[in-house]
Amino acid sequence: MGSVTRVACGLTALLIGLNAFAAGGAEMESAGNDVSDVNSLQRGARNYMNYCAGCHSAKYVRFNSIADDLELTEDQMIENLMFNAEKTFEPIETNMSADDSARWFGQSPPDMSLMARARTTDYIYNFLKGFYIDPESPTGVDNRVLAGTSMPHVLWELQGFQTGVFTEDENGSSVFGHFEPLTSGSMSPGEFDSFVRDTVNFLEYISEPVSSKRRAMGVWVLIFLAFFWVLASMLKKQFWKDVT
Amino acid sequence: MARIESEIGVPKGGFMKWVDDRFPWTETMKYHITEYYASKNFNWWYIFGVLAMVVLVIQLLTGIFLTMNYKPSAEEAFASVEYIMRDVEWGWLIRYMHSTGASFFFIVVYLHMFRAMLYGSYKKPRELIWVIGMLIFFALFAEAFAGYLLPWGQMSYWGAQVIISLFGAIPAVGETLVEYIRGDYSISDITLNRFFALHVILIPIALIALVFVHIVALHHVGSNNPDGVEIKDHKGPDGVPLDGVAFHPYHTTKDLVGIVVFLMLFCAVVFFAPDMGGYFLEHANFEAANMMATPEHIAPVWYFTPFYAILRAVPDKLSGAFLMAMSVFLPVLLPWLDRSRVKSIRYRGWIYKFALSTFVVSFMTLGWLGLQPAEGLYVMLARIFSILYFAFFLLMPYYTAIDKTRPVPERVTYHG
Repeated sequence: MGSVTRVACGLTALLIGLNAFAAGGAEMESAGNDVSDVNSLQRGARNYMNYCAGCHSAKYVRFNSIADDLELTEDQMIENLMFNAEKTFEPIETNMSADDSARWFGQSPPDMSLMARARTTDYIYNFLKGFYIDPESPTGVDNRVLAGTSMPHVLWELQGFQTGVFTEDENGSSVFGHFEPLTSGSMSPGEFDSFVRDTVNFLEYISEPVSSKRRAMGVWVLIFLAFFWVLASMLKKQFWKDVT
Repeated sequence: MARIESEIGVPKGGFMKWVDDRFPWTETMKYHITEYYASKNFNWWYIFGVLAMVVLVIQLLTGIFLTMNYKPSAEEAFASVEYIMRDVEWGWLIRYMHSTGASFFFIVVYLHMFRAMLYGSYKKPRELIWVIGMLIFFALFAEAFAGYLLPWGQMSYWGAQVIISLFGAIPAVGETLVEYIRGDYSISDITLNRFFALHVILIPIALIALVFVHIVALHHVGSNNPDGVEIKDHKGPDGVPLDGVAFHPYHTTKDLVGIVVFLMLFCAVVFFAPDMGGYFLEHANFEAANMMATPEHIAPVWYFTPFYAILRAVPDKLSGAFLMAMSVFLPVLLPWLDRSRVKSIRYRGWIYKFALSTFVVSFMTLGWLGLQPAEGLYVMLARIFSILYFAFFLLMPYYTAIDKTRPVPERVTYHG
């Protein structure tokens, strides 16, 4: 039976290894964001409201809950972030009608409430950094992560434009190599990375607003259970004393 | 004076006597709890039955509160889950407990079933306990499948689409049957509503009833033990099995330790990794169901994947669906497939140990393969391990009959 357990453990390790191997492919940069960093979330909220919220709703997210979680007062919220809502309990909606945007872009910009959970923060981080010049495309750019995206390069003023260098693999399909800057933006590459990281961090936060609270609470729950385990073990020992 | 009082007022035996004259309370408590004797040498494999009960209770309680806030409608279901996650007080905790509970239910039940295979718990006289247990397992499958549609995410929708369409492979009645299950020509609001009804009423009632019968049958014949010896064969002068200790307080206090350890694992997932890296809550299910956009890669939740891999290993849809159904059903026959003279793996020969190890490897590999795309090497591997999976059951009457067993001790032991 010990051998059964050993085989099972070995196999689990093997499967995890195989899985990691199978999951390889085009390497993406890690977003490296930290959802417990409130300052980063505040900057991300600013970025989102100024650059994203014009087109992308976050319809499950309410302004007042953002204010609570990001340690902002209601007035700070209203003055700096609440551009298209009347009341603080309203969710983040856009003023653009879905029909119009579908006509303009080919499809309506998706809601951002859960994007970080559906696609991961790494995906969005690389997407926002991955626009490159493509004269064929109606928006003038294509994207490394999502080829043929209908989203224009919204952050071009900050990042500048870049070209993508592609190589061909043995099957003749093109593989992304690297980017080469074409024009410079108002931010240095390092500043732009932090800008995108903060934005992605905010997206991760709105995808699950309770995540920081949940982890903090989890520590106490486990401490309680550990304490309870000691008591339960002592109780068991006491009762089983007379069993031989 | 005193005599008259007792005739008209409080009976002599007190309140419990009054109850016991009208309802077998004390008798039932003794039979099932304080005088139910189970072997004293249970190891940690024996915790999973009680843990399955714990998870069942977690699912029932959290399910009630989810039902209070969930809207079973194609228009509102997805948004109502997010409402629970964000706006309902403690809604996130209730939802994560329920979603984590679903996966833990299967972890616990799979290990509980594996315990039965290790120690031959399904063998005479416990065949019916096993068969009832398998019915619980089927009900659990149905419950999990119906429940997974309710969040109305992309994976809910397309996973259900794939599985329901399997019934279409049945000759003649297939397509009609699929329409009856969906209640529509595609998965729609109507399907969601009936799955909700099944998930919160019909299947839970069936589950509770089956669990009750499972335990009644268990307490009638008594629990097996890691040695596979019958503790009732050696009773003391007081009629109590010499190797048995009462369920309460002995096994209850022991189980409590196991339950706390389980809760630590459970809470570690709920509070620190409720998605479990996309295995417990799949990434694609955070997008609302969209019948116009098929996800690139549809994979059922992990607990279905071993059987899903068997389905996809066969090129023909009908044969694939048939083999998948067989792979789920075959374990029911274990009590009659197993011809070994001994119950416990402790006293079986190398053939059964080898067969069981192969089975475990096959089951886990199939589970992993079910998550991979059905192409190239993966399909080849799925075929090999499907054959091994079936071989474990179909060849069992032969290899268990010739397997050399060791003598079983008279009384329970503590080694290994």
